[in-house]
Amino acid sequence: MRLPDILRFARDAATGYPVRTALSVLAMAIGVAAVVLLTALGDGARRYVVGQFSALGSNLVIVLPGRTGTGGFNPATAITSTPRDLTIDDAGALRRAPAVQRVAPLAVGTSEINFGGRLREVMVAGTTREYFAIRDFVIAQGEALPEEDWNNGSAVAVIGATVRAELFGSTPAVGQRVRIGDRRVRIVGVLKSTGQGLGMNTDELVIVPVALAQSMFNSNTLFRVLVEARSRDAIPQARDQTLAILTQRHRGEEDVTVITQDAVLATFDKLLGALTLAVAGIAAISLAVAGILVMNVMLVAVTQRTGEIGLLKALGAPARTIRLAFLAEAAMLSAVGALLGYLLGQLGAFALRQAFPVFPAYPPDWAVIAGLSTAIGTGLLFGFLPARRAAQLDPVQALMKH
Amino acid sequence: MALIELSGIERRFLLGDTTVHALADLNLSIAAGEYVAVMGPSGSGKSTLLNLLGLLDRPDAGSYRLEGRDVTTLSADEQAQVRSTRIGFVFQSFHLVPRLTAAENIALPMMLAGIARSERDRRVAEALKNFGLDQRADHKPDQLSGGQRQRVAIARATIMQPALILADEPTGNLDRHTGEEVVNLLEALNASGVTLVVVTHDPQMGERARRQLVMEDGRLKHDSAAHAPA
Repeated sequence: MRLPDILRFARDAATGYPVRTALSVLAMAIGVAAVVLLTALGDGARRYVVGQFSALGSNLVIVLPGRTGTGGFNPATAITSTPRDLTIDDAGALRRAPAVQRVAPLAVGTSEINFGGRLREVMVAGTTREYFAIRDFVIAQGEALPEEDWNNGSAVAVIGATVRAELFGSTPAVGQRVRIGDRRVRIVGVLKSTGQGLGMNTDELVIVPVALAQSMFNSNTLFRVLVEARSRDAIPQARDQTLAILTQRHRGEEDVTVITQDAVLATFDKLLGALTLAVAGIAAISLAVAGILVMNVMLVAVTQRTGEIGLLKALGAPARTIRLAFLAEAAMLSAVGALLGYLLGQLGAFALRQAFPVFPAYPPDWAVIAGLSTAIGTGLLFGFLPARRAAQLDPVQALMKH
Repeated sequence: MALIELSGIERRFLLGDTTVHALADLNLSIAAGEYVAVMGPSGSGKSTLLNLLGLLDRPDAGSYRLEGRDVTTLSADEQAQVRSTRIGFVFQSFHLVPRLTAAENIALPMMLAGIARSERDRRVAEALKNFGLDQRADHKPDQLSGGQRQRVAIARATIMQPALILADEPTGNLDRHTGEEVVNLLEALNASGVTLVVVTHDPQMGERARRQLVMEDGRLKHDSAAHAPA
């Protein structure tokens, strides 16, 4: 039997039993749609998080006080074991490193902001003018913190959009004097609203000079130092130089942790990538179930069409032809189901993107390819048993079942 | 040379723990172009004999030579090849594929044999004309009358130009008048040289054959050719 004839025969056989065919196609379609849609969700989450991290600023190296890694014996650690604080001078010293473009110290605490009888609990970030450039903050009104000696914090503040709206309503905020904790400061700028971001919500942030924040919180330690490397390629050098300078300043003791944004990103990327894979695995189970359903449907088809199989044998069809015809039918059910499922999944992902525009719900290519090939693969695999059963039927027995 | 030569054929079935001899010690020779009716009561082995002649079943003992070739030792696929080219079947219940049109049913053996589309279409058109089915080419079996269905089945059985046509109660599901038409058709085919073996328990139809075989309990009870050697 010629291949086009086998395919046409299988197609006619499948369309001859519309309900049974529609059901198995539907099962396969749901399986593939689940893979496409769930991986679109997982990969969308990964892209979203990676995107948010990139929004923190590019080429970033972050310094944390304290050491988290395990080190060898060092003469310095024999003398003191308490890690030194990270200070403004430490941050200032990092500006000398050749691979470093900008440095911003960061001291964080919560305080109350008070204007005209309105009181609000806010997060206060003590930093410098460079911080705005590193984090790509956009000033909506007024200007950023002034360029000045880091140890000499003037009584000024930049506030987030929500803080401005809550305290000042429609009246202009720039130039107003507010009270933050026990300090009186002048508002010099308002940040452009960015919406909810990862970590701090910048709309509810109050930014003051780092020295002012430290005296406000009565501490001289920093929460973080943000270091921006000159380029993406310079990130490893910037990290090494930062570590070298701080170790030297801390008398040979490596008591800070330096992480690169790349490392953080890579961790999240890996984590959410694994999550997507796990979700794909769960969805693949539904594909296996669909494959078993196709097998059931084909077994029923063999039983239903026993008389026809007997006839084909009487008319001189060899076992191979009968096997091929049934296998082709199973493959067709799976392929049409897979294709339909792919379209359904893409449609679902599209709907998801329409409903949540910030969420990049695109199914990854590997998932689409794996989903489609698994569907057709299981269809063929599970189609094999019914096809073999059909081919092995005894023609005399089969002909009597009519 | 005889078309069919059976010698010492035996066919046993196991029913529970008793062995039933469906065919026992059967010796039979049928020449090319003969018209043979096989008769006998139910369970006498008529159908088993027909299945055996059609290579749908294998004997437990004995040999079957078709056109001088021992076909009992052939593999299943080789037997399928012989069925495809040399043997045509006509069944009591027609055995048409319900989802295929009359033309497609007739073309089925050629499709299975891998004959090209254009050749198939040419031969089907000819067969439809010969069997008076040209107006019914695109009808599905459920849109055809019983007589038309059997004509489609006969057209299908002859489309590969076989040497032998095996008909199992071809008129069993038809009324007298249409049955008569179908028998005329089969006899016309026989007249053109095709060997015809008909299983029937209609004595009137059996009488029309030039040679009658009567089976009983798996044995040949009567062979008209033995009394009047040709």
